[in-house]
Parts: sequence; structure tokens; C-alpha cells
Amino acid sequence: MELDDLYQEIILDHYKQPKNQGIVEDADITVDGRNPFCGDEIKVTLKFKNDVVDDIKFTGSGCAISQASASVMTENIKGKNTTEVKQLFQEFAEMVKGDCDDHDHPHIDDTCELAAFQGVAAFPTRVKCAMLAWNAMREGIERELNKKGK
Amino acid sequence: MSLAETISEPLNVEEIRRSFPIFNYPENKGLIYLDSAATTQRPIQVLETIRKFNEEYNSNIHRSAYKLAERATAGYECARLQIAQFIGAAHPHEIIFTRGATEAVNFVAIGWGNKFLKPGDEILISEMEHHSNLVPWQMAAKRNGAILKFISLNQNGELELEALDDLVTERTRLVAITHASNVLGSRVNVKKVIEKAHQVDAVVVVDGAQHVPHARVNVEDLDADFYLFSGHKMLGPMGIGILYGKEKHLDAMDPVLFGGSMIDDVNYYESTWAELPWKFEAGTQNIPAVIGLGAAIEFLEQIGMERIEAHDRSLTEYCLNQLEPLEKIRIFGPHRQRLPVISFAIAGIHAHDVATFFDSRNIAIRSGHHCARLIMRKLQISSTARASFYLYNSKEEIDKFIRVIHEAIGYFSRWN
Repeated sequence: MELDDLYQEIILDHYKQPKNQGIVEDADITVDGRNPFCGDEIKVTLKFKNDVVDDIKFTGSGCAISQASASVMTENIKGKNTTEVKQLFQEFAEMVKGDCDDHDHPHIDDTCELAAFQGVAAFPTRVKCAMLAWNAMREGIERELNKKGK
Repeated sequence: MSLAETISEPLNVEEIRRSFPIFNYPENKGLIYLDSAATTQRPIQVLETIRKFNEEYNSNIHRSAYKLAERATAGYECARLQIAQFIGAAHPHEIIFTRGATEAVNFVAIGWGNKFLKPGDEILISEMEHHSNLVPWQMAAKRNGAILKFISLNQNGELELEALDDLVTERTRLVAITHASNVLGSRVNVKKVIEKAHQVDAVVVVDGAQHVPHARVNVEDLDADFYLFSGHKMLGPMGIGILYGKEKHLDAMDPVLFGGSMIDDVNYYESTWAELPWKFEAGTQNIPAVIGLGAAIEFLEQIGMERIEAHDRSLTEYCLNQLEPLEKIRIFGPHRQRLPVISFAIAGIHAHDVATFFDSRNIAIRSGHHCARLIMRKLQISSTARASFYLYNSKEEIDKFIRVIHEAIGYFSRWN
């Protein structure tokens, strides 16, 4: 596996100019995520409208993979309801862990920027980097659902 | 050849490498292993010793009256003697086998700490500690109402030992300090710390996990109360650590694990403890690892710790001299007085990305906080890339490492 399969242009673009960096004002949920192996920290803030993620932002610093992953994630999560988000989480996690075939992630097709992270599967030590923001976001969704008693 | 010449003769790295099967394994062809600070590779002499135990005389020690067990017991206790001699302990029964250096610290924090720490007592440690010599003391302080105080780390990566006069007080009961940093390579003048601590009768625990593999240690000369290290960082097997303690301290403190082998007499409601060292060695021990560690020490002694230290120093200086002029590279830690551990950063690039780049060029380096978050906090970084060397690393490997650094700077330049 070549290095450029991991560091694809889309990933580098998001790393250099991340989207949705910052803190959502009047956020419903704030989650601090941490990668205990490297000490990278991320803060994800979420605002919901009914069951839909109305806004999501992140702050923190980290490697190219973790920062780009956070950026692409926020773009793909915004506007989705919690069921759709959980489905996307599942598909993304399986994809970067290499636990699935190409056609097992129907919501991440080749036109979706999330597909750029397929290369991570060949670098098992970097899976945690790709999942850092996602795990924090997922915890945020769970907390929101618990709040509503779902 | 005179003795002096033998001692100063450079290591024959090529010959040494032939003893390490991992470097000759086909899939590892061309691998440059620069992560010995995390764990070292094992020579065939160690692996053979373990194989022999398993195939020829596997049996439990100190229990049975038959030849296999006699051989196993002799091997186990012989390793203890070797280790005692290796670090200059006064008695072999001052050497306690543990699962690792971490467990050794916990033995002192629990077995000594719970018995002797009182509310208001002060525990002095440093900002440069590995989590294994920090978290057990946080817990010991909490359990016993003691207060944790810190020796500061300066931006050069050295401990500010001048502050000891103020930090060591009549309330200081225990000082826990590293002999050398696993992140910065900085060597610590622990003798000075011990002298100061002993003026107020404080007990000193030294973490020698990084130091012991690279330079001769003499615990009697240091006058350390406790000194601990791990086997797998000095060519030995994983799962074995050493806790050295002065006889008087080991006698006074409580055992931490209770059960078989560590008892003297057992009755319905009370038991009494075995003599040193067995008081601390409950249950069946990692016997092949102990015997394997003995073989590792023999290997090191045959080469000579002084020669190993000189080799490590020359590689480190050779590497630092080439890294320092590079504008994009930041090096952490002191230039002199350091072990073969070099933490660095490429400007603007995260350590994980740097390590992945090196891996793509078949060079194994470490990235992360190296279990030393206090150092990261102090230097205001989240992680570093770290290259560490040992007796099987060559100048040619350093040359390749430097070439890859240049390549990496080029590769990452398009990221900024």
C-alpha cells in the first residue's frame, strides 16, 4: 500500500482547510474525545432540531487523518436524523477497519468524500485517528437520545 | 590486546546482528528498528535459553524433590544472583521478580506506601516521569492523605534539581524519580537527589527502566532505597521486571500479593510470611522469563556495558549532529548527557503522520505521548516522534534515517 493511498487529495484538502471548525453556539451536546495513544483531543459540539443534526462543529488538533476525518464527518452528518447518522457511523467504522466489502457501505459511494478514507484500512494503527471524531460524535448522539428517553 | 583496548573497542554491529533472528527473518529484510526504548529485540542466546527450559526441564520451582525441579530452581535463583551482581546489590534476596517495572512501582506504592505514608506526608516526584512512576503515586497519595509535589522540567528537557533545597522538606517521606527519560533521553543525577532526600530520611524509588539497558548502574553506590527496571528493554523477555530494595525496606514493608509460595506458616485465620525474597513472589512465577533475563544479562556483560554505552553515545551524537542544522526539525531534550533516545518533530506535521511516513520506508519509530503526558503538557505539545537506538543499530542505519528525514520534509512540504 502506497502512502498516497492513505493521504488522498481529498484528505489533504480537508486537513489544510477543515470545514466546520469551531464551537456551535447554544449547543445541545458537547463531547470531548481523546485518543489515549497519542494524546490527541477533540471537542465536538452538536445542535439538534427535533431528531435531526442541525449543526455540528469540532475543535482540537491532531494528525492529518484525524483532522480531515472530523471535517468530512461534520459535512456528512449535518442535516441527517439520528437513525441515518448511526447507520453512517456503522458503515464508516466498518470501512476504515476493513471489516466489509466495498458494496457493504451503500451510503458511502465513490462520489462521497467519506470514501477517501478507505485507504485507512491498510494502516491499522491509524484507524483510531480516523475514528476519533466519529466516536465523539456517536457519543453525542447517544446522549441526545438518552436525554429524550429514547 | 590489552584490557583497556578491549573495553574501548567499537562494537562489531554486523556480528551482533547475526545473533538476532528478527533481523534475519525474510519479511523483515531491510527493516531498521529504532524503537528500542519501547522494547528491545531478543538475541538467540535468550530465545535458546527459554526453549531449553520449556523443552528440557519445565517444572515448578522451590517445591519438588526431583531433578527437573532442582534444575529449574537453580536456573531461577542463578538469574537472581546474576541480576544482583549486574546492578551491584549487596544481597541476591534484595532482588524481587515482578511482572514488569510498572508492577514493581506498584509494589512499593502499595506495600511500602500504605504502611508508612501518613496524612500530610509529602511524596516528591518529577514532571518527567513515565505514567508508571506517576499514577501509582497519585493513588498512594489519595489513599493515604499524602501530598504530591513535583520537581520541574525546564524547556531544555532537564529537571531543575537546584529547586531540591526548597522541595525536600521535613515532611518529605518518599521521592520517586526516573534515572533517564523515555521521551527526552535526559539522564538524571539521581545520586544528588538521593543524597538530598536522605538528609530528611526520605526513601527514594528510582525508575531505571530506560537507564539500565544502556549504562552501568550500581545501586549500592547510588544508595538507592528502591530501584526498578524491566527485562524486555534490555534484550530479555517480556513479562518480567525487577524490584531491587534495600533489605531493611523489603523487610519492613508488606507483601502486596498473597497466596502460595510467599508464606512461612498458614493457619485458619492468620498466616506468616516467607523470608526475602519469596515474601514478594506469590504464586507461580514467570520462570522461563527469569532464566531468559539471566541469559540477556550474560549477553550484555560479554559485550560490556561500557562499550555499549560508548556505542549508543556515538550513534546518538552522530544522529543529533545531522539533525540539529535542519531548519524544519525540532529536537526535544538536551544535546549532551542523554541516552540514545531522540524525540523530534517536523514543523507543522503531526507525529503520527511522520511515523507512518517512516514506516512506509521500512523504519520503525514511535509516535505519541510515550506515556508521559506531563512532559507533553510542559512542552505544550501533544506528541512527538521518537527514534531510539541500541547495540544492534549501525551508523549506516542512522544515515538511512537521516536520508528519510530529508525525504519526509520534502513529502510533507506540500501539506503546508
